[in-house]
Amino acid sequence: MTFPWLTTLIAVPALGAVLTALVPAGRGRLAKQSALAFALLTLGVAVAVIAQFEIGGDRYQLGEQYTWIDALGIHWALGIDGIGAALVGLAAVATPIVALAMWPEADAERRDPKPFFALLLASEALILTAFLAKDLLLFYVVFEAMLIPLYFMIGMYGGPQRRYAALKFLLYNIFGGLVMLAAVIGVYVQSIDAGAPSFLLMDLMALDISANAQRWLFLGFMLAFAIKAPLWPFHTWLPDAAAEATPSNAAFLSGVADKVGTFGMIALAVPLFPVAAQDFAPVIVVLAVVSIVYGALLAIGQTDIKRLIGYVSISHFGFIVLGIFVLTGRGATGATFYMVNHGLATIALFVIAGFMIARRQSRMIADYGGIQKPAPKLAGAFLIAGLSGLALPPLATFLSEFLVIAATFEQYRAAGVIATVGIVLAALYVLWLYQRTMTGPVPEENAGTRDLGRRETMVVAPLLALILAIGVFPRTVVDVIDDGVAPTLAEVDVESPPPVVSVTDLVVEGNDH
Amino acid sequence: MNTTLLTQSVAAQTETHQAVREASGLFSGTWLLIALPLLGAALLLLGGRRLDRTGHLVGCATVIASFVVAAVLFVAMLGEGSGERAFLIPLWEWFNAGGYEVEISLLLDQLSMAFVLLITGVGSLIHVYSIGYMEHDERRRRFFGYLNLFVAAMLLLVLASDFLVLFIGWEGVGLASYLLIGFWQHKPSAAVAAKKAFVVNRVGDMGMVLAVASMLVVFGSSSYAVVFAGTENAPVGWLNAIGLFLLLAACGKSAQFPLQSWLLDAMEGPTPVSALIHAATMVTAGVYLIVRSAAIFDLAPEARTAVVVVGAVTLLMGAIIGCAKDDIKKALAGSTMSQIGYMMLAAGLGPAGYAFAIFHLITHGFFKANLFLGAGSVMHGMNDEVDMRRFGALRAAMPVTFATFAIGYLAIIGIPPFAGFFSKDQIIEAAFAEGLVVGLCALLGAGITAFYMTRVMLMTFLGSKRWAEEAHPHESPRVMTWPLIALGALSVVGGAGLLYLGGGIVDWLEPVTGEEHHDLPVPLAVLMTSTLITVLAGAAVAWLLYGRRPVPEVAPRGNPLTVAARRDLYGDAVNEGLFMRPGQYLTRSLVYAESRGVDGTIVGAAKAVGGLSTRWRRWQTGFVRSYALTMLAGAGLVVIAMLLVRLP
Amino acid sequence: MNPTSYLVLATILFTLGSGGVLLRRNALVAFMSVELMLNAANLAFVAFARMHGALDGQIVAFFVMIIAAAEVVIGLAIIVMIFRTRRSASVDDASLLKL
Repeated sequence: MTFPWLTTLIAVPALGAVLTALVPAGRGRLAKQSALAFALLTLGVAVAVIAQFEIGGDRYQLGEQYTWIDALGIHWALGIDGIGAALVGLAAVATPIVALAMWPEADAERRDPKPFFALLLASEALILTAFLAKDLLLFYVVFEAMLIPLYFMIGMYGGPQRRYAALKFLLYNIFGGLVMLAAVIGVYVQSIDAGAPSFLLMDLMALDISANAQRWLFLGFMLAFAIKAPLWPFHTWLPDAAAEATPSNAAFLSGVADKVGTFGMIALAVPLFPVAAQDFAPVIVVLAVVSIVYGALLAIGQTDIKRLIGYVSISHFGFIVLGIFVLTGRGATGATFYMVNHGLATIALFVIAGFMIARRQSRMIADYGGIQKPAPKLAGAFLIAGLSGLALPPLATFLSEFLVIAATFEQYRAAGVIATVGIVLAALYVLWLYQRTMTGPVPEENAGTRDLGRRETMVVAPLLALILAIGVFPRTVVDVIDDGVAPTLAEVDVESPPPVVSVTDLVVEGNDH
Repeated sequence: MNTTLLTQSVAAQTETHQAVREASGLFSGTWLLIALPLLGAALLLLGGRRLDRTGHLVGCATVIASFVVAAVLFVAMLGEGSGERAFLIPLWEWFNAGGYEVEISLLLDQLSMAFVLLITGVGSLIHVYSIGYMEHDERRRRFFGYLNLFVAAMLLLVLASDFLVLFIGWEGVGLASYLLIGFWQHKPSAAVAAKKAFVVNRVGDMGMVLAVASMLVVFGSSSYAVVFAGTENAPVGWLNAIGLFLLLAACGKSAQFPLQSWLLDAMEGPTPVSALIHAATMVTAGVYLIVRSAAIFDLAPEARTAVVVVGAVTLLMGAIIGCAKDDIKKALAGSTMSQIGYMMLAAGLGPAGYAFAIFHLITHGFFKANLFLGAGSVMHGMNDEVDMRRFGALRAAMPVTFATFAIGYLAIIGIPPFAGFFSKDQIIEAAFAEGLVVGLCALLGAGITAFYMTRVMLMTFLGSKRWAEEAHPHESPRVMTWPLIALGALSVVGGAGLLYLGGGIVDWLEPVTGEEHHDLPVPLAVLMTSTLITVLAGAAVAWLLYGRRPVPEVAPRGNPLTVAARRDLYGDAVNEGLFMRPGQYLTRSLVYAESRGVDGTIVGAAKAVGGLSTRWRRWQTGFVRSYALTMLAGAGLVVIAMLLVRLP
Repeated sequence: MNPTSYLVLATILFTLGSGGVLLRRNALVAFMSVELMLNAANLAFVAFARMHGALDGQIVAFFVMIIAAAEVVIGLAIIVMIFRTRRSASVDDASLLKL
């Protein structure tokens, strides 16, 4: 039997969570070190897993399958495809960075820092499982279970309104999750009707579900994912959570955890219910475009840095959902690539905002100004993170945003044009934020702002370097994603129209002369 | 199929364009052009304080090295046959997503060569000048880092062989421009101007993104080779759409109407930046874009008309604004808008004008950089004063600056044999060949140019002293005057040299842009004479108004046109009224609607559930006996129900 | 003897028991009334078993008796505890277990 790589990938952070939780109270430093060590170890395993991923190989690779509940056909089934590989990479890279960023924040909290780090690893384990699960019930279980650590992470650490935010987050997501549970059971019933009860994704995707049933089931799944992602108008929990959670937790939440929602859309909702996906695509495209513009406009109107970044995320999630539901390979590849890039960019933004807040003890933009002078490195890092937020080439976000817009323009002209308005608004909210916080005369209370320290540089530098490197050499990442997207969309009957003028024809024609 | 091969085979069959060869030998080193300044930027921006003392030397060295490479490549290119001067330098495959493949490769042909020489040449001179200009700035290292970044991005822009790669350079120069306009960030006005420039440029970028997206729909690729080869078979509607999208992009970058408003504010940046980015190179990128996309515009008549209209409108607007400004840099900025309007107009004329657009672009690069650096030199000597009403009689105090500025002046208003005469005259001729209205616009523009430049000249260097008390004007150090002298020399000989030397620029560009000659409605001599008369008339009016009379130190109220021109012809007012205020209102009302409407609905639902349970929980009194009574009543009800059901 | 009489007796006992539960405040008396209701139910079960000639009702009666015994154990313990802490066996005093 081959080495169970994927189970190991999940087991390492899970074990880390348990061991970190067992660290005696009062030994906060040890807890931090243990969490960081396990997060790095997970990254190592993830690198090993992704290195084994073979482009053009089987759809799901490194597969593992153990029976969990035989009577109901439930399995511990794992496998990795291109989409999963990209997101596993994101989660594995993000977690140690978040842990390191949380390090000083934890000291500012009056609570014992240990639970945060244990919960962080626990949610990493659950999120990784969601990206790897090849059994619908397993996915559902971890999809819901990850709410528990996230709830406590928001509720225990952060701003004065954190309990409200945590409860809102929990209620929203549980609501979506319960509707999804009904749909999960519905899918299972379909498999019983077909004579082969199973929760395995491969079996379920092979089912021939009637169009009408598909529509209802699709809506059940989409509601949960649209809340998680979040898509307008199900988004209002995110700004609250982003504002109240600690900055690094907000980074983890919208950078990594929310990706499970968009991952669910592309990896479950679309391939399981291809007919319904096509039926509802125009509606969802409209919602996505609304998200883009609405999120951007609200970001412009915010006075709280973290809330602002939360709305930026909503706008970007709009792009991701848009890319998925144009249902072409180019759009879906762009969207999945966007998930990775958005994760990196958002984490960078939140974390750097966190550094600023730690110095000034305020989330209000109006309290800042002129930071660039006393802390040029901090300002520079913030600017680069902001530029990746507004998708400036050659930063990685540009390519994904462009692919999404181009694919949308191809299928829905008006939506494509409106989505490009997003790039103007992005420039406004990012640069206006930069202008208000970093430039201008230095008020007295900001004159002594410290510049980035060593540990802070260690948090930010790899993120920004990664954003730039992926932007300049995106080929491998895009190839891996493209490899996963092709079979995912195979059942969907949408083709990119061939170019009006085919150049290959020209060449052939030319050779005849 | 490999893009490189495709590129070559496609290009080989299209007759209008010369064959593109894969570079070998010297030409495969083209990437050095970009790599050198990029390396400089990386060193300077990441190197930290260690490089504070030597940073400016590193910055200059990399750009000058890049210029040397460019010169070597130019000589090598001269050695090739006229139709065999296009080289493709593949670097690496960028990505392949869903069948859309983009390769990072460079295209070095006559057009990009001309730009490379302009950018690295003028760029080197301005780098050297900046050593002196920025000497006392504590962030000089960073300034040079940004300048290097700009040069690298601009070179990528002109060397790209794919519209999406061009877009990297396009946004890169935008970023560098943002950083440099806002270089003195502690001034809120600079920070606002930088943001404004970037945001307005982003509106143009919408056009660029949509243009590339349209290319994907029509051609399935965004590489020059595929797109240009396919235009002949493409529907005219799509070509017009792509052309208009590209025009929108060009308007943003080149500060053309209706996206012109950012350029005047951009003068907040240090003067060398205004000279390099906002006069000589970056703002001309829009013209480059249109000339580069000649294959599209040739077949898109409506889009071309739009280019001509935009060019004509901007050339007049810019000139009128230039007449009313008292800030020397803003007067020159208005002039830049106007001159780029000329180039746009020429580019919109199609093959008859492309070469002249580029010709004027290059001579303008010389003399406008010269004028801006001259203005910088004046400011350097006058404690950073920019108000021309506080200048006057600087001729004696700054002889070198005066002499070079005067050459630039003669060049821009088009007095033979200075550079501007040749290039502007060609455009006016081509405009008259296109139509009378266009021609008259161009001619009128020439007259107004003469007026406002004479005004600048008179108010700055001649007339009476109106200096502030603490001003002690002095000539700038040599490190600043030598670049001025070099640019002055180019402003003298650049026009005639480029037009006549070795076949001239028209023949040089012909393989890329094509050539076309239209007959003039009037004899050439008549046209030339009337142009000269218009120019002299413009200068004479300025002399009457500003040379013969003393210039008041406080600006008079002026007629309505002057007032409008001072306010940039209400460009900002329109933007404010149409976009900014409604936008602010929209965001404010959305923030309100979000908390009351979207979030309110959900929070409201939660509250309703909460309220209902508060009411229902009152039933839980805690008294066991009342529960027992309820149970009994319930059981009774069940019994009654069962009896009722069984009754019939 | 007519088995219906047993049912009438069971009904009377049940009514007495429920009246006791509802009307008396003393926990011990209420408790005894509950026992009365259980026994009324038992009587009914046995009577029905007799009427239908099946043993099911008697079996259920045994179950009820066992449960009643268990309930007495726990219930009395609770009542004693409440009495100890509050010095009162009134059920209306123990009304704090509510939202």
